[in-house]
Amino acid sequence: MRDVAIIGAGMIPFGRRDEDTLMDMLAYASLKALDDAGLGDKSVDAVYVGNMGAGMLQHQSAIASSLVDRLNLLPAAAETVENGPASGGSAVKNGLLAVASGYYDYVLVVGGEKMREVTGWRATDFVATMTHPQAEYPYGITLPGMAGMFTRLYMEKYGVTREHLLAISLKNQEMGTLNPYAHVEMALDRDGIFDSPHAIVNNPVSADPLHLYDLCPVSDGAAAIILCPLEMAKKLTKPPVLIAGFGQATDTQTLQERDDPTDLKAVTLAAQKAFEMAKLKPGDIHVAELHDAFTILEIAESEHVGFFKKGEGGKAATAGKTRLGGQIPINLSGGLKARGHPVGATGVAQVVDIVYQLRHELPKNRQVQKAENGLTVNFGGFGNNVLAFVLRRVQL
Amino acid sequence: MPLDMELEAVLRPTQYPMAPYPPKTITLANGKVMVVRQAAREDVPAILKSVHPCLFIERDYYDIVSARLYGELLAWYRYRVKSEYCLLGQVDGYLVGIVNGRMENEKVGMSYHTLAIDRGLRIGSHLFAAKMEYHIEYLGQDEVLIVAESPIGFRRWMIEYPLELTHIPHELGGGDSYRLAREIYLKAKPRLVVGDRPVPRELLEEAEAEIKFADDDTIRERIAGLKGR
Repeated sequence: MRDVAIIGAGMIPFGRRDEDTLMDMLAYASLKALDDAGLGDKSVDAVYVGNMGAGMLQHQSAIASSLVDRLNLLPAAAETVENGPASGGSAVKNGLLAVASGYYDYVLVVGGEKMREVTGWRATDFVATMTHPQAEYPYGITLPGMAGMFTRLYMEKYGVTREHLLAISLKNQEMGTLNPYAHVEMALDRDGIFDSPHAIVNNPVSADPLHLYDLCPVSDGAAAIILCPLEMAKKLTKPPVLIAGFGQATDTQTLQERDDPTDLKAVTLAAQKAFEMAKLKPGDIHVAELHDAFTILEIAESEHVGFFKKGEGGKAATAGKTRLGGQIPINLSGGLKARGHPVGATGVAQVVDIVYQLRHELPKNRQVQKAENGLTVNFGGFGNNVLAFVLRRVQL
Repeated sequence: MPLDMELEAVLRPTQYPMAPYPPKTITLANGKVMVVRQAAREDVPAILKSVHPCLFIERDYYDIVSARLYGELLAWYRYRVKSEYCLLGQVDGYLVGIVNGRMENEKVGMSYHTLAIDRGLRIGSHLFAAKMEYHIEYLGQDEVLIVAESPIGFRRWMIEYPLELTHIPHELGGGDSYRLAREIYLKAKPRLVVGDRPVPRELLEEAEAEIKFADDDTIRERIAGLKGR
């Protein structure tokens, strides 16, 4: 197996992109990554597109075939990868394995989703199609509903409080104001969403005990990376970023079938595998992008990947340990909470953000100084299909 | 041409006496303080400058809401509507939202429009709630008739309160009205109607001194830009 590097990264601003089709967004992000890679006359051998909902939301299938034609990348191999909200991470994995195997040299991985052309209700319903078709979906479960129940259990078992969740909301939306690609560029005020009696309207209950600002927005967006063997990457101008570790694990589809519904086993296993492959420990990571579709998930994942002991993640966030300059900065992009969550794009966008961190390209107010190792966690279903990547800056 | 006041007396609808709406402040999610106050008729030309750029925004039905609101406010300014009022939301003097309505009779209110110029802060929710507060608590009406012209409005009013469907045609488009009866309002009030009174003098003076408004491009960007929420 060959070492695989990321040599190009690009994304478009997330938000509500009424003027763009899904294909437009995928193409724009791809072109940015191709330009960033500086491949010159070389083309890519294969394209993997992470997308969850084109069939349902755009009534469009085979989008990878459409994209290679749109980008004039013919006759590159092309596939669409669908794995719920982990579609982006799965597309990265497919690209990684294709290059590592020696079959392809240059691979474009792009993730994208266009969710804002339907109403919020339909978008919520679309995401809920990942739930169990007999045991959950017919009873009206939604992902926010599931997250609400998970939060309640987590609060009871580990003492997480609304103060802890608030720390995530405030941090991530503040970081979103510093990220030009973020969907939500509005800093929140503690008084306005928590202390003031007016907060009951500003930040109403969405899925008890989660409130409006505990949830990520519904977004349009796309992100892309270019992969190639590390040895070839060393000949290019930009510092390559090695995919040093990768792990994927699954769990039962329904939460109630798990021995302990608060135990996100797939997160733990995926991260462990990624750390083992990279020969690193959680303490070696300098910056992380975790899948905070709901504020509770940033706390729970920070514990399950090993940054903090169970029950300590919320306290760590409140103490500022996950902020820039803290013990382990998390979601300096704003995370799903502020950067947005176009589901098929998210897993790729997380990797793009860590690439920017490891290339030391970000402005000071978002850049972790001397960052060498980064982690991403892309969380599919409600933790039933999780991908983790450990990325490492390559010293040339 | 000078107004013919004799003819005006015929053309102008008679007005019900209307109690004033006492101003209040609301702390928004971003920590900014919004002053909610009643507009005076003389404020209309300034308000219309903020409404005008919204006429050309198709997103989320801003065009129809703005066009109708523009006409309603102009009708009020020109004395061609019965017992209309307008409430404003201002932050640092800047106009961030507008609501209006009128008294159909002494007991029934007719809700007109809600226009949020700054988005993502639930300004529309706050101002709609202030409008209902005015009808029920200050005008002493028993019910308000409401329709929504956008899915967002439907979610905010019909579902969040929730309102009761009637078969009474609404003044806006003739469709079936939804009713906010006093008991529905009082039940919803603890979770939807907020605000502090009295308003600190300096804040009220700032709001009343000048209705500031952003330039047209800024307004369009806030409402229909990429980050529109």
